[in-house]
Amino acid sequence: MNKIESITGTCIPLVLDDIDTDRIIPARFLRCVTFEGLGEHAFEDDRQQDPDHPFDKPQYQNASILLGGRNFGCGSSREHAPQSLIRWGINAIIAESYAEIFFGNCTSLGVPAVCASRATLETLNQTIQKNPEQEITVDLLTMKIVCGDQQFDCTLPENARAALTSGTYDFLAQLLKSTDEIKAQAAAVPYFQAFA
Amino acid sequence: MSNTKNLFDKVWDLHTVKTLESGQDQLLIGLHLIHEVTSPQAFEMLRDRGLTVLFPERTIATVDHIVPTLSQARPFADNLAEEMMTAIEKNCREFGVTLLDVDDSRQGIVHVVGPEQGLTQPGMTIVCGDSHTSTHGAFGSIALGIGTSQVAHVLATQTMALGRPKVRQILVNGELGPGVTAKDITLYVIRKLGVQGGVGYAYEYAGDVFDRMSMEERMTVCNMSIEGGARCGYINPDQTTVDYLKGRPCSPEGAAFDKAAEWWLSLASGPDAKFDDIVEFDAADIEPTVTWGITPAQSVGISETLAPISSYPEDEQTLIKEAFRYMDLKENQPIKGQKIDVAFIGSCTNSRISDLREAAKVVEGRHVSEHVKALVVPGSQLVRKQAMEEGLDKIFTDAGFEWREAGCSMCLAMNPDKLVGNELCASSSNRNFKGRQGSPTGRTLLMSPTMVAAAAINGCVSDVREMLNAVPV
Repeated sequence: MNKIESITGTCIPLVLDDIDTDRIIPARFLRCVTFEGLGEHAFEDDRQQDPDHPFDKPQYQNASILLGGRNFGCGSSREHAPQSLIRWGINAIIAESYAEIFFGNCTSLGVPAVCASRATLETLNQTIQKNPEQEITVDLLTMKIVCGDQQFDCTLPENARAALTSGTYDFLAQLLKSTDEIKAQAAAVPYFQAFA
Repeated sequence: MSNTKNLFDKVWDLHTVKTLESGQDQLLIGLHLIHEVTSPQAFEMLRDRGLTVLFPERTIATVDHIVPTLSQARPFADNLAEEMMTAIEKNCREFGVTLLDVDDSRQGIVHVVGPEQGLTQPGMTIVCGDSHTSTHGAFGSIALGIGTSQVAHVLATQTMALGRPKVRQILVNGELGPGVTAKDITLYVIRKLGVQGGVGYAYEYAGDVFDRMSMEERMTVCNMSIEGGARCGYINPDQTTVDYLKGRPCSPEGAAFDKAAEWWLSLASGPDAKFDDIVEFDAADIEPTVTWGITPAQSVGISETLAPISSYPEDEQTLIKEAFRYMDLKENQPIKGQKIDVAFIGSCTNSRISDLREAAKVVEGRHVSEHVKALVVPGSQLVRKQAMEEGLDKIFTDAGFEWREAGCSMCLAMNPDKLVGNELCASSSNRNFKGRQGSPTGRTLLMSPTMVAAAAINGCVSDVREMLNAVPV
């Protein structure tokens, strides 16, 4: 697993609050048995209704960092939501805050979902609107967002940061190491033993 | 056990295998529920890595999200839905997981089936690739919605990596007014604390009001914890919990049941239990509640008008303005009297037998308004059968409701049950997000099943309390 210490790229701004996972990927696109092809349907219904939606604008088509608002990714646990964003091209998200299941899904897929203040998001938003080519860096070692000669603080819970920067965010390999301990723990839980 | 530990901490500690290097705990999972939408990619991950299911008897599958509710005959008309059915059938067969398929009399919405079968028990850690897994917290379990990668982790190791949340106790004491239901309480709590008020927390619901509730009412409350941003919600097990579980197909039997019941009751948070936060509400302040916007916190009591945009904090006004635009509602208008197009009684929040009984009381002897399409979708085949034995189906169909087969249906509209255009739906489900009910411009008003029944009859949002004692015309 790659260590994820920083992400650099151009941004796509979507600084709105309470963006739910039904909006990120509407439920009808969950009728599938793989995650392939979900990228083109990211924000499909929002895009249909908003001719100015950032996901349709040519200047953002190569963006890899998504700017969001408060409570980003609320609602359904569907991993299809971060999977569709990844397949669209997103490698990192900066938002004011996240819903927890969405955040956990992003982390386990190696997508840093960092928090920044509303003021930082607004400054970044303005910068990007003026110059969509402006690259920014989300640095997980220093927990800074670097945008030209400007720097902003960002936050990420330490356990997620540690998992990403040490390349252990896909927990399966670690979990698999403990089979004996898992079985021992199960033996101590009354219902695993049918209350015998 | 220490008296200061709340139930959440007791159950979490019991299931902690180890703390991982990242600081997250490796948590043992007691019950893993899966369904057709979020599991196929997880089984593929196992195949890719050559892994098997560690405790196949601890995973139970059912089908609910994509199943049609007019006819469940195979093959389904929707090829994609049929492909998903074939996938879960193959996966369960190959990996040794029990599947309650559409031809099984126990099939239904995963969060209705678990409790109904006695699979859901106090003190368990329960996960499912579905955010409304919080429902199972009604039994005093830690019940969490998870993503598909985590479904693979649980299949392969019966564990997952998780940071420990804080615990907030939500106390509701006092007397509820007539016609005020569990749904109204949960909508009220979300309205007061906001859709992200619970982020970082597990919710313990405590106080007179929850103590007096039936298990089905408790499930409704815990179900919507996720809508308030909480990682999960639970209610301490008591005699009501024990009585509900006695005799269920998967409950312990005989001496094992008595031993289990003693253990279950011992897990409850005691009077000295500590919490990271406590919030208290007065039951008397709650009235039948209806959402008007595009998040579950955007709600009002039935007697209120919609507060103007200018009355909201400045940083919320963009969202509120968008909610008014999308919903095509006006500032200062009453919600009561708002014309509806569709009425939906169903979903993992409110599709159990007691929900149908209460809604039927409102409907009996009355008729659905001419312009309203109304449907009842029972939460499971067993709920459906029970309702039919009680004659509830006839009450609904005589009144002009459609009586359907079990499934998630129009809660998220992955099956053919969808709103059309910008139809406005009075719905007993859990999410009023844009496009949630299958039309990109469809609109949802969340409310209790009795309030949906009242809206269906009158053709507009109504105060069910005015109908409860009135003689039908």
